[in-house]
Amino acid sequence: MSINWFKYSSPATFYPLAGKMIPFFGWLTAILMAGGLYWGFFETPDRLSDQKEYYRIIYIHVGAAWMSMWLYIMMAAWALAGLVLQTRLSFMIAKAIAPTGAIATFLALWTGAFWGETSWGTWWDWDPRMTSELILLFLYMGYMALQSAIDDPRRADRAAALLALVGLVCVPIIFWSINCPDPNECAALHQTSNPGGGNMEPNILIAMLVTALAFWMYSFVAILMRVRNIILERERHTTWVKELLEKNK
Amino acid sequence: MFKAFCCIVMRDLTLAMRRRTDVLTTLFFFIIVVSLFPLGTGTEKVILQKIAPGVAWVAALLASMLALERLFASDFADGTLEQLLLTPQPLFVLVLGKVLAHWLLTGLPLVLIAPLVGLQYYLPNDAVITMMLALLIGTPVLSLIGAIGAALTLGLRGGGILLSLLILPLYIPVMIYGAGVVSASAIGTTDLQAYFSILSGFLILALVLSPIATAAALRISVE
Amino acid sequence: MLEITNLACSRGDRQLFTGLNFSLKPGSLLYVEGRNGTGKSTLLRAICGLFLADSGEISWHGKSTRSLAEEYTQEVLYLGHHNGIKEDLTGLENLHISTILDGDDVTQDQLWGALKKMGLKGFEDLPTKVLSQGQKRRVALARLLLNSARLWILDEPFTALDVAAVDLLQSVISNHINNGGIVILTTHQGVALTSGQIQRLELGRKKSRHV
Repeated sequence: MSINWFKYSSPATFYPLAGKMIPFFGWLTAILMAGGLYWGFFETPDRLSDQKEYYRIIYIHVGAAWMSMWLYIMMAAWALAGLVLQTRLSFMIAKAIAPTGAIATFLALWTGAFWGETSWGTWWDWDPRMTSELILLFLYMGYMALQSAIDDPRRADRAAALLALVGLVCVPIIFWSINCPDPNECAALHQTSNPGGGNMEPNILIAMLVTALAFWMYSFVAILMRVRNIILERERHTTWVKELLEKNK
Repeated sequence: MFKAFCCIVMRDLTLAMRRRTDVLTTLFFFIIVVSLFPLGTGTEKVILQKIAPGVAWVAALLASMLALERLFASDFADGTLEQLLLTPQPLFVLVLGKVLAHWLLTGLPLVLIAPLVGLQYYLPNDAVITMMLALLIGTPVLSLIGAIGAALTLGLRGGGILLSLLILPLYIPVMIYGAGVVSASAIGTTDLQAYFSILSGFLILALVLSPIATAAALRISVE
Repeated sequence: MLEITNLACSRGDRQLFTGLNFSLKPGSLLYVEGRNGTGKSTLLRAICGLFLADSGEISWHGKSTRSLAEEYTQEVLYLGHHNGIKEDLTGLENLHISTILDGDDVTQDQLWGALKKMGLKGFEDLPTKVLSQGQKRRVALARLLLNSARLWILDEPFTALDVAAVDLLQSVISNHINNGGIVILTTHQGVALTSGQIQRLELGRKKSRHV
């Protein structure tokens, strides 16, 4: 038996499918978030190395930061799919991902600033990871600005998709250059990206992973809802949308 | 194909020679930005020496970006861009020709004017030579990356400001190493080879990828 | 031979046409007709490859024009609403550049000859910005005389031309058709072209009528 994968690449069939998926991911988000936060607040030690209670912002911060990067990759992947396969739905998904990605990036920066203030005594530091996150926010902004500056949706989709791909090629180079501005010292230096500095308390790690997973599921919910809106807006002149509106009156 | 490439370069140079002010504006913009900084930061020699590489590069980024807005705009307006898209020549070759002409008119003058920056910011001679070399390798990268943005924002209202939003973040690596090498040279302790290798790497990467991306962007925008 | 199968194009929300089918053999002329906004220009741009159709196939001698790419653009000459000439360059320079880019080997004499034939004698060396609308159009049309493309796609080629130039253009087009070329054009003027096999395509009706 062969499955017609392209069946769901049509907005008309994807719309109801997305509608069914939203509650599923919604419940997953709620359960994972509640569980992760409970674990994070009540089953973990009160200190992480030299940091006191405030380290618990990690449960928001890390999830948001991971999602911000992951969503950019997904956005570019859908953009590529749209350009190669000429499927409208791929562009719509890419467009729907951008705001969620930008919010995740902003949240990571914001919580990072709080964390920085409490542990380093400064809201902002030109630390490579923070700077990279800021640049990522600029890239999301650029994508959304270009998308909204072009009136014709087809040109907007394709131009923004190309920009996302160019961004994807540049992102590793940008991050790498921010990480080692002096190439003579860089060869030997490797940053550890572990906020605990190596061995983290397993309970903290579990709670962090669970909340990160909750962020991921939340992204599905937000993106699917946004895709549904974009579909309705773009397809408002088609008969299936008119029938749908008639039915829901 | 090579004939077409030369033809495009010559065409754009001829056009620019008939409207010389466009070329001079970019150059003077660069000079003005560079000259304004000392008035804002104070003219202390130590400070100026320290900020010189960064200032020169930021000014170069802005100047190159301002000029980029015009890269395809007039061709788009009079319909010659459509014709370029319909020639039997590979589009990326024509794009490369246009970018080269654009760089000769707006990037190269910045390289040549760099000693003036050295003079204003009390840079040692070695650092000035390093800066010229870094600009020589770096400014083509700026033009190449910027061409993608110029093609994407073609014909849009407020295209210029949008262009800066899209392109400036992508300029960061070039700026970091371009300014880094000048600082390193002013201190005079570290090996500069690594910086130049990286900058050249960027140039090669941009030369290969940017014309293709720009060509694709033009096809999207001309529709 | 140009074949269009099931072509559909839209602009923004508006579906311009769907299920468009026709084919053109060497030595034929197609008039594309229809009111403003029915998608004439879009159809022409889609055929020459500037506009990406929603669906459908455009093929040249049995192969998709998308896959032929530069091989196909070699065969196409498109003239749109814009003249596609640089105002700061002279007529001669404009013509010279476009022949080089089109990959045609043309001598200086041929360039001068083509401009002369288009009635631009004495204006060859002036920047085209000082020429009148009609003269600019003539500079653009001079390309037709030097081009080796077999498929001409002309969007309103007669606008801004005076009677003499209209006659001239008509004879140039007839000539091309008699030599086995294909011409697709839109026009609002009633121009009598009788040579070759003439087809008409009317856009903007309930069903596009093809006669």
